[in-house]
Amino acid sequence: MYDIIIIGGGPAGMTAAIYGRRAAKKVLVLEALSCGGQIINTPDIENYPVEEHISGIDFSNRLHKQAENLGAEFVFEKAVDINDLGDSKEVITAKNTYTAKAVIIATGSANRKLGLENEDSLVGRGVSYCATCDGNFYRNKTVAVVGGGNTALEDALYLSDIAAKVYLIHRRDSFRGEEANAAKLSEKPNIEFVLNSNVTALNAEKRLKSVEVTNKDGSVRTLEVNGLFIAVGRIPENMNFARLVELDEAGYIPAGENCHTGVPGIYAAGDNRAKEVRQLVTAVSDGAVAATEVVKYING
Amino acid sequence: MAVIEVTAKTFEDEVLKSDKPVLVDFNAGWCGPCQALKPIIAEYAESHPGVKVVSVDIDEEDELSENYEVFSIPCLVVFRDGEEVNRQVGLISADSVADLVEA
Repeated sequence: MYDIIIIGGGPAGMTAAIYGRRAAKKVLVLEALSCGGQIINTPDIENYPVEEHISGIDFSNRLHKQAENLGAEFVFEKAVDINDLGDSKEVITAKNTYTAKAVIIATGSANRKLGLENEDSLVGRGVSYCATCDGNFYRNKTVAVVGGGNTALEDALYLSDIAAKVYLIHRRDSFRGEEANAAKLSEKPNIEFVLNSNVTALNAEKRLKSVEVTNKDGSVRTLEVNGLFIAVGRIPENMNFARLVELDEAGYIPAGENCHTGVPGIYAAGDNRAKEVRQLVTAVSDGAVAATEVVKYING
Repeated sequence: MAVIEVTAKTFEDEVLKSDKPVLVDFNAGWCGPCQALKPIIAEYAESHPGVKVVSVDIDEEDELSENYEVFSIPCLVVFRDGEEVNRQVGLISADSVADLVEA
């Protein structure tokens, strides 16, 4: 039996592992894919204290090593359920059942999709969720970005230096992203705003040829594009635990700053927790708080 | 077996003429998810001697990535008897890598 099982090996989960091990608890981290989570998509982190520049993958690899050197165990299996047995909790994966005194849910979030019929089949054939990964394939071509938050604005800026033309499609008439980003966008001559509009169809033969965009006034426009970058937000990965833990309307766990879920011995940390600021630094902060609360709970 | 780096020059011999099924990992050094996938692919290669696993650096080999229509990385492509039989884009788990090759 473990003291603490942490579901999710992103920055929040791995930081919780460090704090758990430093309190001499037996710690297991269950990760569905590979360590790091969302941060590995970031080529250059510039807002983390002390490190002026670090890539997301380097950050993740160093954090993973730090947690492992302290004795945290990592198993690469996806947790699909938790059974609350009171003083112990069972975490179920496709292959095994692991038991611990307490659990931290640090599952983060996944890309939100547009929900169009052929969207999945066109990923890698013109549809992408990662501008920094795939932008270089669209040198001097025409691309569209859909979304209105910071990720969409940053993607459009990034792509405007590579592609010949960038459409920025947003369902409202103004952007939610930071003012500084919005101001930079209007200075770029090759970015065209397509506002009050939704992407309503993806037209493809073998690969994406064009996107159909429908304006609020009902008018329909077809934009010929080689690539579509989707940045319409994230969805928290909490649904597997909804049976046990309360979720808010958007699917986040409404745990407060102390990371308590309302179920004794089960805590939430990182981007899947309801909060205002979702940054690397707040994720690792959650990891520290959740692990500290868990240690208090275990030690009684 | 170790993962073999292939180029446009060696692709035909290593991949298309291979007796074994081949898993090709199209990737780049600047792509975070590609770097995260690398250890998963290396472990798969070690534990599956019946499959040849090769890596293509798309920055060096733009001709190969264009020929095989790779527009998103990481991109795993499975070849059997010189023909593409399966492909998957994005970071995937070790189990999904095995499923992709066996499918």
